[in-house]
Amino acid sequence: MSSNAHTSDTKVDDHGHASHDHGGHDHGGHGHGGHEAAHGTFNSYMTGFVLSVILTVIPFWLVMGKVIESPVTTAGIVMALGAVQIVVHMVYFLHMNTKSEGGWNALALTFTVVIVVITLSGSLWVMHNLNANMMPMSPEMMRNMP
Amino acid sequence: MTATHANTTANDEPAAFYLKEAHHPEESTMLGFWIYIMSDCLIFAVLFATYGVLGRSYAAGPSPADLFELSTVAINTTMLLLSSITYGFAMLSMEKNNTRSTLLWLGITGLFGVAFVALELNEFYHLILEGAGPQRSAFLSAFFTLVGTHGLHVTCGIIWLVTLMVQVGKRGLIHENKRRLMCLSMFWHFLDVVWIGVFSFVYLMGVLG
Repeated sequence: MSSNAHTSDTKVDDHGHASHDHGGHDHGGHGHGGHEAAHGTFNSYMTGFVLSVILTVIPFWLVMGKVIESPVTTAGIVMALGAVQIVVHMVYFLHMNTKSEGGWNALALTFTVVIVVITLSGSLWVMHNLNANMMPMSPEMMRNMP
Repeated sequence: MTATHANTTANDEPAAFYLKEAHHPEESTMLGFWIYIMSDCLIFAVLFATYGVLGRSYAAGPSPADLFELSTVAINTTMLLLSSITYGFAMLSMEKNNTRSTLLWLGITGLFGVAFVALELNEFYHLILEGAGPQRSAFLSAFFTLVGTHGLHVTCGIIWLVTLMVQVGKRGLIHENKRRLMCLSMFWHFLDVVWIGVFSFVYLMGVLG
């Protein structure tokens, strides 16, 4: 809108996109604002990479080296580290923040996370409940099923 | 507002009551692609839920602890993680408008992707050879569907990557190619995020029993 309201001081660059003469953007034709945050820096990529390596190595080490006796504890740690690593990837590689695209990215993500949680927990809960309430069945009965 | 502004300031150029160029701000492309990725996320959520429900139904067949080689999975994970960081380097080169370096990093990313898919296909081949194909048990059906869908996405990503390398090679880092590379960047990193779920939930938890 703003670039069209000021037709007199905009020019159309060779990519067919209007850009301001006095904008001072050095982003090469995509400095329309709103998504500058979508670029990472070398340091942010390396931070994300190092964190991901650590968060990948620990669960593999825990499971392959059988470090902790209780499988339930190990499973809990593995899932927790996985969740943390997903957040690390979201922030450092996908450049998620609450401001990109005017907040629409974060809104779409929130909606998706809500649906994903309902799908996963709901499926597991309902199917576990069904399974627990099923009549116990021996292999012989199973073989004679219609 | 546009019309009145144009009328008062510029007498030498005719008043325009319409947009002369196709106004297609790239924010809408990036947001639209993000929403596609979120919908893809729902597909994987459903497949994860299916695996969560069926993952213990072995039908007296092999269990994850019998089948999975964690060392192979670790190498696979390394490949995907390295491809993520090399794609990040490609994006950094793209921002510096360095075509040659962008192509180099994209090529390395593609090679890591190919290595990942090759290792996964090799794993599938050996599983089927051992008689642990998708038809063996509900667990294996869910496993092949989930991991296979992810592998299919990576394969599509590699095809897309090669296409973009050809386009960047022919046209250089023009605005359109940068937008496409940014979309593929989201796609590629998203696949890595899904893989975190796969190796944690399917492989590591499976071997734990």
